[in-house]
Amino acid sequence: MSEQTTLDKVPAPRPASGEKLLEVTGLQKYFPINGGFIFQRRVGDVRAVDGVDFHINAGESLGMVGESGCGKSTTGRLVTRLLEPTGGKVSYAGKDITHSSRKELAPIRSEIQMIFQDPYASLNPRQTVGSIIAGPMEINGINPTGGRERRVRELLEIVGLNPEHYNRFPHEFSGGQRQRIGVARALALDPKLIVADEPVSALDVSIQAQVVNLLQKVQQELGIAFLFIAHDLAIVRHFSQRIAVMYLGKIVEIGDRESIYGGPRHPYTHALLSSSPEADPDDDGRERIRLAGDVPSPINPPSGCRFRTRCWKAQDKCATEEPPLVRLGGNAEGHLTACHFPEEPTIEAREEDIVLDPALAAIEEAADETP
Amino acid sequence: MLRFLTRRVLGAIVILLAITAVTYFLFFVLPSDPARLACGKNCSNPDVVKAIHHRMGLDLPVYQQYWDYIRGIFVGRHMPDGQNCPAPCFGFSFVNDQPIWPTLTDRYPTTLSLAVGGSAAFLVIGVGLGMLSAWQQGKTFDRVASSISLVGNSVQIYFIGPLAIALFADNLGWLDHGHDPTWGSDPTGSFSGLVLPCLVMSVIFWSNYSRQTRSLMVEQLAEDHIRTARAKGMSSRYVFFRYALRGAAASIITIFGIDLGSVFGGAIITEATFGLHGLGTLAVNAVLGLDLPMEMAVMIFSASAIVIFNILVDTAYAIIDPRIRLS
Amino acid sequence: MTILTKPEAEPVPQGSEHFLSVRDLYVQFATEDGTVKAVDGLSFDLDRGKTLGIVGESGSGKSVTNMAILGLHNPRNTTIAGEIVLDGQELTGASPKTLEKLRGKKMSMVFQDSLTALSPYYTVGRQIAEPYMKHMGASKKEARDRAVEMLRRVGIPQPQTRVDDYPHQFSGGMRQRAMIAMALVCDPDLVIADEPTTALDVTVQAQILDLLKDLQQESGTSIILITHDLGVIAHTADDVVVMYAGRAVERGTVRDILKTPEHPYAWGLLGSIPRLSSSVDVPLAPIPGSPPSLLNPPPGCPFHTRCAFVDQVEGDRCRTERPVLPEGRGSACHLTADQKRDIFIEQIQPRLR
Repeated sequence: MSEQTTLDKVPAPRPASGEKLLEVTGLQKYFPINGGFIFQRRVGDVRAVDGVDFHINAGESLGMVGESGCGKSTTGRLVTRLLEPTGGKVSYAGKDITHSSRKELAPIRSEIQMIFQDPYASLNPRQTVGSIIAGPMEINGINPTGGRERRVRELLEIVGLNPEHYNRFPHEFSGGQRQRIGVARALALDPKLIVADEPVSALDVSIQAQVVNLLQKVQQELGIAFLFIAHDLAIVRHFSQRIAVMYLGKIVEIGDRESIYGGPRHPYTHALLSSSPEADPDDDGRERIRLAGDVPSPINPPSGCRFRTRCWKAQDKCATEEPPLVRLGGNAEGHLTACHFPEEPTIEAREEDIVLDPALAAIEEAADETP
Repeated sequence: MLRFLTRRVLGAIVILLAITAVTYFLFFVLPSDPARLACGKNCSNPDVVKAIHHRMGLDLPVYQQYWDYIRGIFVGRHMPDGQNCPAPCFGFSFVNDQPIWPTLTDRYPTTLSLAVGGSAAFLVIGVGLGMLSAWQQGKTFDRVASSISLVGNSVQIYFIGPLAIALFADNLGWLDHGHDPTWGSDPTGSFSGLVLPCLVMSVIFWSNYSRQTRSLMVEQLAEDHIRTARAKGMSSRYVFFRYALRGAAASIITIFGIDLGSVFGGAIITEATFGLHGLGTLAVNAVLGLDLPMEMAVMIFSASAIVIFNILVDTAYAIIDPRIRLS
Repeated sequence: MTILTKPEAEPVPQGSEHFLSVRDLYVQFATEDGTVKAVDGLSFDLDRGKTLGIVGESGSGKSVTNMAILGLHNPRNTTIAGEIVLDGQELTGASPKTLEKLRGKKMSMVFQDSLTALSPYYTVGRQIAEPYMKHMGASKKEARDRAVEMLRRVGIPQPQTRVDDYPHQFSGGMRQRAMIAMALVCDPDLVIADEPTTALDVTVQAQILDLLKDLQQESGTSIILITHDLGVIAHTADDVVVMYAGRAVERGTVRDILKTPEHPYAWGLLGSIPRLSSSVDVPLAPIPGSPPSLLNPPPGCPFHTRCAFVDQVEGDRCRTERPVLPEGRGSACHLTADQKRDIFIEQIQPRLR
């Protein structure tokens, strides 16, 4: 696999970086839950995404982290308009695409591409790699100079696959190679924005790094903006200049890499960072926070601040008043936090660990009493 | 569980109403005029026809007729010609002018006994064979059983029926010739008269159920939770019967629920093969004699039977699988 | 694990002073395509009350090894050779009945996906109580009380009522706790946890890993923790075995493996994962290529097809001669000890910061 492939064959579309490519305001997606007897009616909603604001600048990578059910994947699908938002607004390059029809979306579809988690399920097993990658060009009627086949071979080379494997089928490739095919397909239309939904989490560790490096190369050398959705905090940090932390359908904290990882303010961000396993036996300098229980259901999310049911700083105010996503005093510009009682901006170990889990607390207390 | 059952029963009532409505209107739009069927040769006179129309209530609007019909089933009715028809009233036969319901009650025990007895036979034999095959997976028994079930899959009731009668009843004398049951007066005789028909009917289902059971069991035995049960030291036998069979049973019951229609079909063919007098022969004669009220009644009756059995199957499924019961 | 100061060229047969001792384990599956050498000559030891991390990617043989220890492989298509000695008792030749009595009582297992690993048809309480009734001869009532007690210990709220719930009524984290309760119900001496947190969210993963560790300190159980994630073992394991293509390629304390690894594959693994504190400007250093097929493993060192240092070994040894993993701390690699140290200090270590 050639990691050293150059990208000079690609005419790089470099939008002026810094300008807002994608802007999302108040984005909502409710999935109705139908029930009732004989005649189905709406008995409730899964509030997958419930009022999310963010933007992505051209050429920039925004990382999105959070645990299952936080709505990060749904957000990705709303942005690419694979799903229709329930509320809020999505605008791409200044154009409102929230409720655009298929026809209106057609020119934009080629500029926003998606990479999926499962490289096994997202490639048609009956198509050759060549036709998979050429598919988007055919659909959009794009005829690159030199023909589609030449372009496909170029793309295969860019993603580190042998261009001669043009006529092979997906099952002849390993998981990592299939994900490269997915990347090549996404690149086929010279996109300006790629939404990557857990692009490496189905892959083995040694293969993950290959794909992360490939995506990073694509991002930097082709100037493509990314919405990089993943649950692995270290990979998101490695890949993204800015990071949004989601919890139960809301962004609880967003900011540049250094602020989020070095000086987080939201208790949930602290808990996430503290839980992230590090391959280092000597990282005892990190704070230890162990939450209790799992994430609540997005069907009936807690009132006020959604994290309050698992938060050690929660007070009455948190139940009644939803904290706005704002810049707190002392935070860098663009570092926004939605919390009434924010934490200190440090991840250093505390005098006393925060252990909310009842089983852990009981055992550790007993151990402390009888050393 | 109570909620689950109420929902199912209410749902079943709606389905039955829909079935009756559809059948009723289907018969209504048929080109043949029931009045002409009923009056036979005297139909040359339009006044006679009109009179018959009035007598049968056919001059009323169709929804009124349907309503009278449904009401009649529950509370009985006075026919427009003054005849009294006690509940449950399905009207009078065009062929012999007798009320339908007594004929039905006379016939259904045979069909129902065949359906229930046949199902019991093929479930016990088919599922048992399938379990044995799964237990002996890959060994001689398994291979022999799967070859036999291939043969079993291709036989027909009207083919093996006469053969079985000739062998087991005429030559060996082990089993009774089939005859109609009279459960009230002679339960043992009724039973022995049904053994051969039920066994013959079950043969066409065996092979399917043994193969399905085998593959379901093999599939279940490969499940993660089977591995967990073994990892905590439960014996192979315990795991097989308590864990794998429980999972397979849920699917077998589903398949049985889907097969209910064919079970009744099989019962009707068996009746014909053994010369029994059940709903099947009744329905065939009604169709041949263009006896619309009888056809309607048999249709509604068998549909109700299938719907009721379906509720039983669903209930059994809910008992086996808590995910259905508790969500 | 004994740490020898001088690595020896040949494995020395050890006495059974270790609680669990696996020697030259071979596990092979007969498939339509040929024989899969899932485990190919593996040896390791585990002492009482200690945690051994087995690290490897999919197909490395780490899960197969542990199925073999419990005797859960399919005897129809699996051949096992070698020695597994648990507390003085030889397991590879033991009868199915003997193994059945040990499983759940002396050794138990925590599986990865708690939704499929628990039966949907029985209550959580019953599934926990079953082995307790079987192995301890407890009555239904006693076993149920024990199940409630175990659920309480693993942190299930309202254990008296939740004991009658079915697995689908539990959240993912709670199910994994229930699975741990089930594994510990008979106070086993050995718990094998196969990717116990892979299906869980990070905050829940941290809770579960700490719970396993805390419970171990309470009960003195030995744990084998199988994982693909080096981060998971950092604070839970005492010793680590790194597996590749059915073989152990490196072994040492967790500090040895994470701080001064010797095998090029271990270097590759560490170079593949970003850290929360590492520089973001340095690209990751992945291992090229993909793992070999176990139907036709490459001759010599199985890693030579992906190894960047093959040229530094004299002759063609990496391709022809299988490197031996010494007892104790060491790695199965033809590079000399000096080479390993130099390469690590000069090329690998700078990347890991």
